[in-house]
Amino acid sequence: MLAGALIRCAPGFGIDERELDTRLNAGSVSRLRQAAGQGRDLRSFYIGYAARLVRGDLGSSQALRQPVAKLLRERIPVTLATAGAGLLAAWSGALGLAIVTVWYRSRWADMACGALSSALLCLPAAAIGLLTVLVSTRAGHTAIVAAAIGLVLFPRLFRLIRGILAQAMTSPHVSSAVTRGVSGVRLVAWHVLAPSAGPLLALAGVSATLAFGAAIPVEAVCDSPGLGQLAWQAAMQRDFPLLVNLSLIVCLLAAGSNALAEVAAGRIGVERR
Amino acid sequence: MTRARRAAAIALGAVYLVSLGASSLPHFDYARQFRDCVTAAPSLGHPLGTDELGRDSLARLLHASRVSLLLAPAAALLATAIAVAVGGVAGYRGGAWDALAMKTTDVVLSLPWLFLLLIARAWLPLTAPPWQTLVITFALLGCSGWAAPARVIRGAIRELRASDALLSAKACGYSPWRVAVVHVLPGLRAILLAQFLILIPAFILAEGNLGVLGLGVGEPLPSWGSLLRDLVNVPEVMERPWMLAPLAVFAAVTGCFYLLTSSGESI
Repeated sequence: MLAGALIRCAPGFGIDERELDTRLNAGSVSRLRQAAGQGRDLRSFYIGYAARLVRGDLGSSQALRQPVAKLLRERIPVTLATAGAGLLAAWSGALGLAIVTVWYRSRWADMACGALSSALLCLPAAAIGLLTVLVSTRAGHTAIVAAAIGLVLFPRLFRLIRGILAQAMTSPHVSSAVTRGVSGVRLVAWHVLAPSAGPLLALAGVSATLAFGAAIPVEAVCDSPGLGQLAWQAAMQRDFPLLVNLSLIVCLLAAGSNALAEVAAGRIGVERR
Repeated sequence: MTRARRAAAIALGAVYLVSLGASSLPHFDYARQFRDCVTAAPSLGHPLGTDELGRDSLARLLHASRVSLLLAPAAALLATAIAVAVGGVAGYRGGAWDALAMKTTDVVLSLPWLFLLLIARAWLPLTAPPWQTLVITFALLGCSGWAAPARVIRGAIRELRASDALLSAKACGYSPWRVAVVHVLPGLRAILLAQFLILIPAFILAEGNLGVLGLGVGEPLPSWGSLLRDLVNVPEVMERPWMLAPLAVFAAVTGCFYLLTSSGESI
C-alpha cells in the first residue's frame, strides 16, 4: 500500500513518454493521457488493485508490455532455484566453518575464516557477482549465479552463526557434558546445536529476505532472468505497476519466511520442554 | 586501541589525505579527455591507464574516493540523526510511541535493504544533473539506514531512563529538552559513534551496488559505484586487469572501516 501511495507522488507519474511522439494525432494523445491518469486517485487505485488481485490479474508492465502475472510466473522459479541453491551453499559453508572455529578454538582457523568472511563482506554484492563470472568461465549460468549469491550471504551468516554457537559453547551444560566425557559429535549435535535451534531458525527466516536482496544485483550483472533482474529493470525503467507487485511479493516473502521460522522454533521449543 | 585498529585508522587517514589533496590538483581533472590514448595501458603519464573515453583512471579514482569518503559519512550522520529521533522518542516516551516506532523499525529491517533503495531510487528522477544524482543517492542512503541504529539507541535510552542520574534530574524539575541534551545525549556518545562508524562502510557498499546497477551517481561525476560499473564488461576486464584497481581500493577502505568497528575477536 505504501509503495502504491509513494509511487503516486513520484515526479513524472501518470505521464506517458509516447505523448512526445509527433506522429500521434490529438485524439491518440488524449487517450494516452486518459489511460495514464486512470490510477491517479489513490482510493480508486486500491479498490481496483484489490479487485484485480482477487481475480489473479496483477496488471500490465509498462516497460515490458506484458502481464505482470506472466512475468512473475516465468521468473519466480529462476530466482527460487538460484537463491535457494545459494542459500543452501551459504548455510552449509557458514555452519560448517562456524562449528570448526567454535569447536577447535584454533586461533589460525578463526583468523582464516574471519579473514575470508571479512574479505567477502568488503565487496558489494554486484562486484562479487562480476568476480564470480570472471573466475568461473566454464561453470553453468545457474551455478555461477547461485555461487555468487552464496558468497554474498556467507560472511553475514558465518558471523551470526559463529556468535550464536560461541555463546552456546560457554553455557554450563556444555561444560558439564565435557566433564562427563560426551563425545565431540554428540556434544555439538545435542548440547550446542540443539539449544541454539531457536536463534538459528530465526536467522534462517531472515536469510530468505537476505537472499532476495543479494539476488537483485547478482542477477542484474549476471544477466539471469529472475525476480532480482526484474526488480532492477522495473527500477531502471520506472515501471510502477511492476514495482508495486514486486513490493507485495517481497513483503509476502519476508512475512512468510519469518512466520515459518517462528512456527518451527515454537515446535522445537515445545518438543524440548 | 589494538594494533590492527591503529593501522586501519592510519590507512584511512592516508586515503583521505591523498584523495582530498591530489584530487584538487589541476593535473588530476576527472573529466579531461586524452583522445590520443583511449583505453590505454598503465604508463608514467597515466599510472592506472585511461578509460574508453580517454579519461585518466587514476584521476577518476581519486575524485571518486573524495566523493564517496566525504558523502558516506555525511549520509551516516543523517541516518544517525534520524535514528536518534526515532529511537529517542521510542525509548524515552515508551507506550504507543515505542510500539509504533518499533513496528516500523521491524518492517524496515525485515525487507531487503537494496530492494527498498531500488524502489526509492526509482521514485526519484533518474535523469538529473550529476550533482543532483549525487545528493539524491547519498540522501536516500541516509534516510533509509536508520532502522538498525534506532533499535540500539532505543535500548540504550530505556536503560538510561531507569538510571539514578536521570531520576535525579527529573526530580530537580529540569525540562525534558534539558534532560535529553544534558543527561541523555552525553551518555549515548559511545553508542552513537559506534553506530555512525558501522553505517559508513554499509553506505559505501550500498552506493557501490547502486552504482554498478546504474542507479547511483550520474556521469561524468565519478564515485566508487560508477567506477565499478566498468567491470560489467567482463571480457575487457580479463584483458585489462588493472581495471580492478578501483575494486581493490574500495575493498581495502571498506575493510579498514570494518576493522575500526570490529570487537577484536576476529579479523
